[in-house]
Amino acid sequence: MEEKLNNENQNDNLITRRYFLEFVGGSSIAIASAGCAILTGQFLSPNVLLEPSLRFKAGLIENYPTDSITLDKEQKVFIVRAKEGYFYAISAVCTHLGCIANWKSEDDIIACPCHGSKFDKEGKVIEGPAPRPLTRFAIMADEHGQLIVDKGMIVGEDTILKV
Amino acid sequence: MKKIFNQLFRSQVWRSIFRHGLPESNRTRAEAIFYNFFLHVHPIKVRKRSVKFTYTWGLGGLSFGLFIVLVVTGALLMLYYRPSVQQAYLDMKDLQFVVSSGQFLRNMHRWSAHAMVAIVFLHMLRVFYTSSYRPPKEFNWVIGVILFVTTILLSYTGYLLPWDQLSFWGISVGTNMIRAMPFGIGEKISFLLLGGNIVGENALVRFYVLHCFIIPVAAILLMAIHFWRVRKDGGV
Repeated sequence: MEEKLNNENQNDNLITRRYFLEFVGGSSIAIASAGCAILTGQFLSPNVLLEPSLRFKAGLIENYPTDSITLDKEQKVFIVRAKEGYFYAISAVCTHLGCIANWKSEDDIIACPCHGSKFDKEGKVIEGPAPRPLTRFAIMADEHGQLIVDKGMIVGEDTILKV
Repeated sequence: MKKIFNQLFRSQVWRSIFRHGLPESNRTRAEAIFYNFFLHVHPIKVRKRSVKFTYTWGLGGLSFGLFIVLVVTGALLMLYYRPSVQQAYLDMKDLQFVVSSGQFLRNMHRWSAHAMVAIVFLHMLRVFYTSSYRPPKEFNWVIGVILFVTTILLSYTGYLLPWDQLSFWGISVGTNMIRAMPFGIGEKISFLLLGGNIVGENALVRFYVLHCFIIPVAAILLMAIHFWRVRKDGGV
């Protein structure tokens, strides 16, 4: 028995029947498993998403007084109209761990309730653990004076909408 | 190729999982069985007659293999299926036409379920014809019968989940049959099973929980005892 098992090692370059069958069997199983893994991977990734659109209408320009900051709770976006009359939209999602920050009119800051991050009206970090300023989204106005915010379009910190 | 495997077998990681060497001597061959969680229930010796393929036809193993297939495909199907009256049928249709390989997985689940009922039944016939139900193995026959009922119940509870006409009337007829039990017991059982008097939202959720959790867990437990007893009685 012992001898038989060790026989293989004597002719290393000779392909024995056992080795050939092991190789063919093992490779078939490997190929089949790889196929299963690929199909399962494709299955796990959904083909249709029923998530809300990133683009939304924020109302008419005249609804926003100058020097105001309004939180759209559902969309989690601050619509800011500056003293000079221009608009910009900043995300209310704190850049630390994703809580929703609030506007504190008494202190003139945007504050996150979770870990104490504070931002100014422009979304710049004043204090706290937040690593980045609040994200600024593209804001546009159509021909009827309707504001449109696109959360899929992130813009630079000095991008504004003049009206 | 051989060298890669040899290197793997000699590596620290491999040797920490399989602490005995390769099964090259009688001692290590025995250790390979004793020190493996999945194999340790094997008997010390097996009769040559009972290892013969035509003695068991591998029907028990096939049933278990199908159960594994059903657990895996079922778990994947659960990712896209919501057991609510509003969503169930639509999710089933989405699995068929929208989700990648959804149709394939659904059919695999369906055909494996059909096959399992057939194979478990054939397994039962084999056990009967080889007189394997006789003492001292009579209690394992009882567990086997319960496992057969479990298999049927898994099929039946899964039948409601697509929430189409076939499902709805299948479960309506089935639960009405339960109602035929005397002294009001039938009505009570049917009421508890459906979570009400009609096949509705409650019934769907109850059958879903039974199908995906309660019955499979019971089946796994019974299977563990079943296999353990088979091996203690000298089977494979």
